[in-house]
Amino acid sequence: MKLLEVRNLSTHYVSSRGTRVTRAVDDVSLAVDEGETLGIVGESGSGKTTLALSLLRLLPPAARNVGGEIWFEGEDLLRISNAEMRRVRGKRIAMILQDPLASLNPLFTVGDQVAEPIRVHEGASRGSAWDRARELLRAVRIAAPEARVREYPHQLSGGMRQRVVGAIAISCGPRLLIADEPTTSLDLTIQAQYLRLLRDLQRDHGLAMIFITHNLGIVAKMCGHVAVMYAGRLVEAGPVARIFSSPAHPYTQALLESIPRMSDGRQRLTAIDGQPPDPVALPPGCAFHPRCPKVMDRCRVEAPPEFRVAEAQVSRCWLSG
Amino acid sequence: MAGPVLEALQLTKHFPVRRGLLARQTAVVRAVDGISFTIERGRTLGLVGESGCGKTTTAKLVLLLETPTSGLLRFDGRDLQGLDAAMHREYRRSVQAVFQDPFASLNPRMRVDRIIAEPLVTNERLTGGEVAKRVAHLLELVGLPERSADLFPHEFSGGQRQRIAIARALALSPKLVVLDEPVSALDVSIRAQILNLLTDLQAQLGLSYFFIAHDLAAVAHMSHTIAVMYLGRIVEIGDAATIAAAPKHPYTQALFSAALPSHPDEKREEIIVAGEVPSPLAPPAGCRFHPRCPRVMERCSREEPRLLPEARRQVACHLYTGIGR
Amino acid sequence: MNGSAANASPSRAAALTLAWRYASFRSEGFPVLPVLIIVVFVLTALFANVLAPHNPEVGTLGDRFHPPAWQDGGTGEHLLGTDHLGRDVLSRLIFGARVSLVVGFMAVIFAGILGTVLGILSGYLGGWVDQVIMRITDAWLALPALTFAIFLAAIVGPSAMNIVIILAAVYWTRYARVVRGEVLSLKEREFVRLAIVAGCSKRTIMRRHILPNVLNSTIVLATLMLGVVIVTEASLSFLGVGVPPPQPAWGLMLADGKKGLMAGYWWLTVLPGTCIMLLVLAANLLGDWLRVKLDPQLRQL
Repeated sequence: MKLLEVRNLSTHYVSSRGTRVTRAVDDVSLAVDEGETLGIVGESGSGKTTLALSLLRLLPPAARNVGGEIWFEGEDLLRISNAEMRRVRGKRIAMILQDPLASLNPLFTVGDQVAEPIRVHEGASRGSAWDRARELLRAVRIAAPEARVREYPHQLSGGMRQRVVGAIAISCGPRLLIADEPTTSLDLTIQAQYLRLLRDLQRDHGLAMIFITHNLGIVAKMCGHVAVMYAGRLVEAGPVARIFSSPAHPYTQALLESIPRMSDGRQRLTAIDGQPPDPVALPPGCAFHPRCPKVMDRCRVEAPPEFRVAEAQVSRCWLSG
Repeated sequence: MAGPVLEALQLTKHFPVRRGLLARQTAVVRAVDGISFTIERGRTLGLVGESGCGKTTTAKLVLLLETPTSGLLRFDGRDLQGLDAAMHREYRRSVQAVFQDPFASLNPRMRVDRIIAEPLVTNERLTGGEVAKRVAHLLELVGLPERSADLFPHEFSGGQRQRIAIARALALSPKLVVLDEPVSALDVSIRAQILNLLTDLQAQLGLSYFFIAHDLAAVAHMSHTIAVMYLGRIVEIGDAATIAAAPKHPYTQALFSAALPSHPDEKREEIIVAGEVPSPLAPPAGCRFHPRCPRVMERCSREEPRLLPEARRQVACHLYTGIGR
Repeated sequence: MNGSAANASPSRAAALTLAWRYASFRSEGFPVLPVLIIVVFVLTALFANVLAPHNPEVGTLGDRFHPPAWQDGGTGEHLLGTDHLGRDVLSRLIFGARVSLVVGFMAVIFAGILGTVLGILSGYLGGWVDQVIMRITDAWLALPALTFAIFLAAIVGPSAMNIVIILAAVYWTRYARVVRGEVLSLKEREFVRLAIVAGCSKRTIMRRHILPNVLNSTIVLATLMLGVVIVTEASLSFLGVGVPPPQPAWGLMLADGKKGLMAGYWWLTVLPGTCIMLLVLAANLLGDWLRVKLDPQLRQL
């Protein structure tokens, strides 16, 4: 049994007058095994962040789940009560966000914040929770953890803050960690340190991870599987090696070709025409068709379903059917 | 006119830190500390480095948004120090910029034609008709439809706004354009379009670029020469392809190894640099990188290495300036 | 947390949406009622000559203290009654609207111009200009507005124009503060840097780039200040240092009318008081809505 299985998930944003419906996530299905790393790749408007928030039921009031199931360790997360969901969040599924400064409360010490999930989920006393906090800070490779626990977030650098966020995330031993653009605000060498830390943590704790990112480089480095999203739909998914070597969907192909490579010298890049669509006003048929170099008449009218291209690779394109 | 477009010699910018009631100067932020580089006509100098390295300050110095504490800037062979108003204006016409944020780069209350024409009307006496013609030509140059001139910035996407910013930068036919993270805020699928546009314009108009970005592959792709900065100093500078293929300075090596691969099979030697970037308020003694350097030697904490030629580029590292070379 | 939304029935969700929409016109709905009130007052002020049934400044002593028409002793002649000099209350209210609105608008505009200009200079130029203007602003703000206004009125003497100038002099500082704050953050925006790089002079930048982008805040502030200014003007009139009699002003009516409270002549105070309250409330609600409407757009840019 898979650790996490999402089936036909759809999440829509409804404007306050009920007039405009934005299909932020449209019929998305994916799965993550124990200890596996899945990368969800997409640009702005692709719905990847909404997808992440849907998994933890952290959507803003304007959004609603309108269909699908999220099976996690045998339960459908969309059907359990709020109280039960609170027991899942932080303890069994944890999340790391992009901006570490916004993720930490400026008014509480690092120790308080790392200890909080332990006290909430395991009812530990302040003393023992703080002991665990110190251990966790050591586990995320923060120097001098005894001193750090008493400091406030603004006293730490960006890289250290992100590690603290990581410590909070793993504090109760979750099975799944969702990381939404965790390194976008970090410098290159700090990012390298942090990614290595995440990989080691994953190995040591048997964590499964979902990386939400727009950066294919992170996926190439960290993930075993990848799911590509465009305009709210999953357009391609499969093992990373396969997708990078033989992508089936024109969007994935074009994306891979358009990224500058270190070894390319100054050759002209292959660019994709147009821009990502506005989720409020999606084109009919396949959402990628206005920009697709291989567009056919059918694509303009009918949205393609998912086709199985190879053993573990799916592609939502008429060319793959 | 031969010769480089821009030369910087020992360019330095220190910011005083004032504390206390009487705003006494207690310390100095050595944002840029004696850097030298050259930008050739029609070529691109790429500048890479992490936060606190001084690349943004360098860009501001080149754009005369800050005045150097010491050091020289030479434009077309002429010293920028003792510039009178006329020379100052001439410089402004020849050096323009494109910044990172396409949303903040355009005045939301101005129409696109006025935005693009602003450098023109500020610096030249042209009739309305001449200005309009030039604006139309610039829009065509950057691949935007003519009717864009009548619209407001918010009616365009991020990539299109960046094109408007580029059109504006080209209005006065500058010689040098400072590009400060021009594609970082854009969607991945749009970046290639803009990078291609910049490359085409360089070939077409003989522009020189000063290209600053944290995406190493983009910098390597766009630049003829690369300079690597760390804590206000240049640690390695030379031909882009040469450095990208085989970086010599340990920091450059760490930087390039930290760059994300473009394919899962691309295995790179992982050089993890320990610790954080120190504050430019108190740079380490000797070589500024020595506390974090995986190949540090005893000499590095005492003596600051100078930029010296090595393997067809310049490196500031004691590994290459020793007795046993 | 949104767990329950997944389970809410569609009709319940729709009902909640409807209720929320009506209860808070603040977020999206145009404030119909406040705007209507303001328009009514403005039209009344404009066409006072035509609308007022009687001369507001002259009354017949024989007709003193008539109550409003719907009460015993009231007459159709004087729909809202008469005051202690036999003057028609309705006519005085109508002409009083003119005073309140004219003085109010003009004071707000003058204060706005002065405050905005100083705020821009202070914020953009920085240095000693900023220091000087901010010290003055701080000192000014420290003075209690009403007392200061009375003090100035006593010096320059009462007249409608003087009151406008006094109110502008008292309230410009609010604009200066807010505008300076906006300018400080606008200064760092890239389009301003690019204007410098393009060679624009400081004056041009302030005029072309800074000013249009602070106008939104200025307008919102002006609408909110309208209420304050009207109340201050009414207070000045109430205290006898406002627009001089016999020109009718609501505050003055309040002052005259308070003598009659004990005797039960409620309409002499309640009616002008209600007018003040309605106008100020309408201005505040409009300003509130404008702030919500205009600010988010600024944020998105």
